[in-house]
Amino acid sequence: MPQSADNVLDHAKLFHEPEYKAMLDNKRATFECGHPSNMVTEIGDWTKSWDYREKNLAREALTINPAKACQPLGAVFAAAGYEGTMSFVHGSQGCVAYYRSHLARHFKEPSSAVSSSMTEDAAVFGGLTNMVEGLANTYALYNPKMIAVSTTCMAEVIGDDLNSFIIKAKEKESVPEDFPVPFAHTPAFVGSHVDGYDNMQKGILTPFWKDAERAPGDGINIIPGFDGYAVGNIRELKRMLGLMGVQATVLSDVSDVYDTPSDGEFRMYSGGTTQDEIKDALNAKATISMQEYCSRKTLAFCEEKGQETSAFHYPMGVQGTDELLMKLSELTGKEIPEALRLERGRLVDAMADSQAYLHGKTYAIYGDPDFVYSMARFVMETGGEPKHCLATNGGKDWAEKMQALLASSPFGQGCQVWAGKDLWHLRSILATEPADMLIGNSYGKYLERDLGLPLIRLTFPIFDRHHHHRFPTWGYQGALNVLVKLLDTVFDKLDSDSGTLGETDISFDLTR
Amino acid sequence: MAKDIPDPITPEKLIEDVLSAYPAKSAKKRAKHLGVAEAAPEGETGIVSKCDTVKSNIKSVPGVMTIRGCAYAGSKGVVWGPIKDMVHISHGPVGCGHYSWSQRRNYYTGTTGVDSFVTFQFTTDFQEKDIVFGGDKKLEKTIDEINELFPLVKGITIQSECPIGLIGDDIEAVAKKKKADIGKTIVPVRCEGFRGVSQSLGHHIANDMLRDWVIDPAQEAGVDYEGGAYDVNIIGDYNIGGDAWSSRILLEEIGLNVIGCWSGDATLAEIERAPKARLNLIHCYRSMTYICRHMEEKYGLAWMEYNFFGPSQIAASLRAIASKFDQTIQDKAEAVIAKYQPLVDAVKAKYMPRLEGKRVMLYVGGLRPRHVVTAYHDLGMEIVGTGYEFAHGDDYKRTGEYVKEGTLIYDDVSGYELEKFIETLRPDLVGSGIKEKYATQKMGIPFRQMHSWDYSGPYHGYDGFAIFARDMDLAINNPVWGLFDAPWKKSA
Repeated sequence: MPQSADNVLDHAKLFHEPEYKAMLDNKRATFECGHPSNMVTEIGDWTKSWDYREKNLAREALTINPAKACQPLGAVFAAAGYEGTMSFVHGSQGCVAYYRSHLARHFKEPSSAVSSSMTEDAAVFGGLTNMVEGLANTYALYNPKMIAVSTTCMAEVIGDDLNSFIIKAKEKESVPEDFPVPFAHTPAFVGSHVDGYDNMQKGILTPFWKDAERAPGDGINIIPGFDGYAVGNIRELKRMLGLMGVQATVLSDVSDVYDTPSDGEFRMYSGGTTQDEIKDALNAKATISMQEYCSRKTLAFCEEKGQETSAFHYPMGVQGTDELLMKLSELTGKEIPEALRLERGRLVDAMADSQAYLHGKTYAIYGDPDFVYSMARFVMETGGEPKHCLATNGGKDWAEKMQALLASSPFGQGCQVWAGKDLWHLRSILATEPADMLIGNSYGKYLERDLGLPLIRLTFPIFDRHHHHRFPTWGYQGALNVLVKLLDTVFDKLDSDSGTLGETDISFDLTR
Repeated sequence: MAKDIPDPITPEKLIEDVLSAYPAKSAKKRAKHLGVAEAAPEGETGIVSKCDTVKSNIKSVPGVMTIRGCAYAGSKGVVWGPIKDMVHISHGPVGCGHYSWSQRRNYYTGTTGVDSFVTFQFTTDFQEKDIVFGGDKKLEKTIDEINELFPLVKGITIQSECPIGLIGDDIEAVAKKKKADIGKTIVPVRCEGFRGVSQSLGHHIANDMLRDWVIDPAQEAGVDYEGGAYDVNIIGDYNIGGDAWSSRILLEEIGLNVIGCWSGDATLAEIERAPKARLNLIHCYRSMTYICRHMEEKYGLAWMEYNFFGPSQIAASLRAIASKFDQTIQDKAEAVIAKYQPLVDAVKAKYMPRLEGKRVMLYVGGLRPRHVVTAYHDLGMEIVGTGYEFAHGDDYKRTGEYVKEGTLIYDDVSGYELEKFIETLRPDLVGSGIKEKYATQKMGIPFRQMHSWDYSGPYHGYDGFAIFARDMDLAINNPVWGLFDAPWKKSA
């Protein structure tokens, strides 16, 4: 009997005990009617061949393991960054359970959002009743300062019109007439979560800005974009702004709501951009986006209002951070302080100390378009060579930007860009044209297992490692965190490759 | 703890307080779902309290933060997803398959990507043009591509997302056509998320499709399996963290052959031959009773419920199961119970002193809010509140077999209600889901996810009971709960 009270074995060990192994072997042999093991091996080998790769890349209809989610997830994330704001997602209720679970699993934090719980009758008659009743309940139970409405694909397919529904709900006194209920249509069958983020950002700014007169000032708005590292990154961004003496408004600041303390109180809302800040933000001189692909519509809206705009691709690494700081300096007239120059120097110092271990290392990188861009750029700054850059939610224009970036460095010459491809494509690609390391999210662990290349988790979602998102990846300090992760992976690999006593341990070096 | 335990409040008063926050119309609706276990009516045996006074299986009230999911989650996520040698297509936009990807912890053996596909996300990734022009052609091509890239796949299911039923696609026609083309089982499932009021209808629809597209056609075509006298199926065990395996090992030890497991670690062949068994053993009554009733009606296959949570229920279940077979099996069952008794005693000796008297609140799906109760009792713990996301009336009736009079009962609880209940009752442990976990812990109350076993498990069987006890102990007795208050801010 394998189990004992002294040494309780859970799934990690229990099923490798002889009793269970015998049971599972017998199940397979007697009851499963599986394929012969030689056939499984043969097909398994074939899935790693060039022949398979060609068939796999020729897929037209089927998507397998895509690295993207749907629009409302981004909308819920964006809304969470405004003070006291409850997301109200109009449509089927299961979707909201999914977004909340998904965000909670990554941040290890509560994620609050409500649904209008539409069912068959709403599919026939429309969801107005659900909206009217739902807004009243949300307002009464959760004491929000604002309710941000987005849509599931069900509401989009039947054509519910949020604007008129919200007007009618206010007529029926679901919420007070002057209570803010911004909205965004977020069809899941268009774009991905980065577009949902963009649509909701624009949706939230619109009612506050549309009839207001702009009095141009010196302020700066910053849109962070959808980011699993938002907690660490937004705080790091604010720290850098503080060092520069720049007063900026972060439009959608989730850094507190996704990092609330444990002190006995559950805070459904915490921090976030206030409505006064949203109103003032209209007068800003400029709006800067940290992630262009999360904010194209919102930036266009800011431009319409007369603001300057500028967009970055997830400012990570030396040059990415340099450009952000120089842009901020240019817009505000504030000098970049010596403290930041020293931080920069310390980052470069660390890169120089470790360059021998990173120079020439090859990488496959996947994730959202902006992340992949800056990750590839930072890798090249370390002397690394991106081999494959993939964004399931990247389009043609992203691919062109990536090509231009890669062409700018000798370290980018051997890299292929894969827009719109998924992680099963990437498996074929890496099986035939390998790289030393894989940079992505938790889903990459299946590629790590199948192909044996180490995975570095640096982007959303990270379910199977804890708390990485609490540390920044933006700025010079963030780049240092990223650098250490790359290096630890290299060193861990060197140790595991030389870790068998008396066999492979010639290079099991104490000092490197 | 950061907060002092408040003065005792009756459950009735607590419900009244909670309802007072709602607008009148919603308060009236929600009042029907909240209650207190009453004394068992005189003369009624088998129950210790009456819990079926609350209404259930009714539409959620909009805007209240229901914890429920949808029919797709019930079909793809629960019933079909674990069948390992089939590909399950999330048919529609990308999100549903993405959020449910690898999240149910349905353990399985096999070579993933070659002969097993559980931890995959296959989707037709609908775009606007598919909504406008329909997705049947894309679906056909998807099936062809699956069959080409995964030649060892035994069958394919089409798990409909919301748009499918709204745009008039004919997935049944596609399934028939492609079955003829590729010669493999293709199952269309109309589990669009807007159907029904919760996951529950998804279970039912999934069961009906198992009946219509797998079980009955397979029996008509003839199944190549000669049944034996001791053949049973495990029904309604999804092998979360290996539950079905720590159950199977006991059933095999008492001399039974588990010829199929629905649907944790299952193959299509196991499903097809199910009617050849002598007895269906159903664990998750809520999600799979439909197919048991069908097999009983059509194939004369008897079924019985059992409960493998905690030693009291395990022993009672093993005896009840054995009583359906001959003396050999009954003797073996006694031997197995005796064999594991020292483990049970050792687990209790180790953990009861740390857990005895602790008060627990549960809020889970459709079975566990009652099924795990005795496992807590076995450790000397007390249940002060329990409720279901998607139970029906018969589940609440059965709940009376487990919980005592005075227990708070909540059906389809809202985030607001659950928070207030927890805050007021301040139990020593809450067992619920990921959406509830962190809010509860912030209040200083230990928590275990009781859908996923909080990434632990198995919890079924004797081996699982040891893990269950360990996990409840580590949750409740971790030192972190004593660190919430900054020492310079200690409340007076």
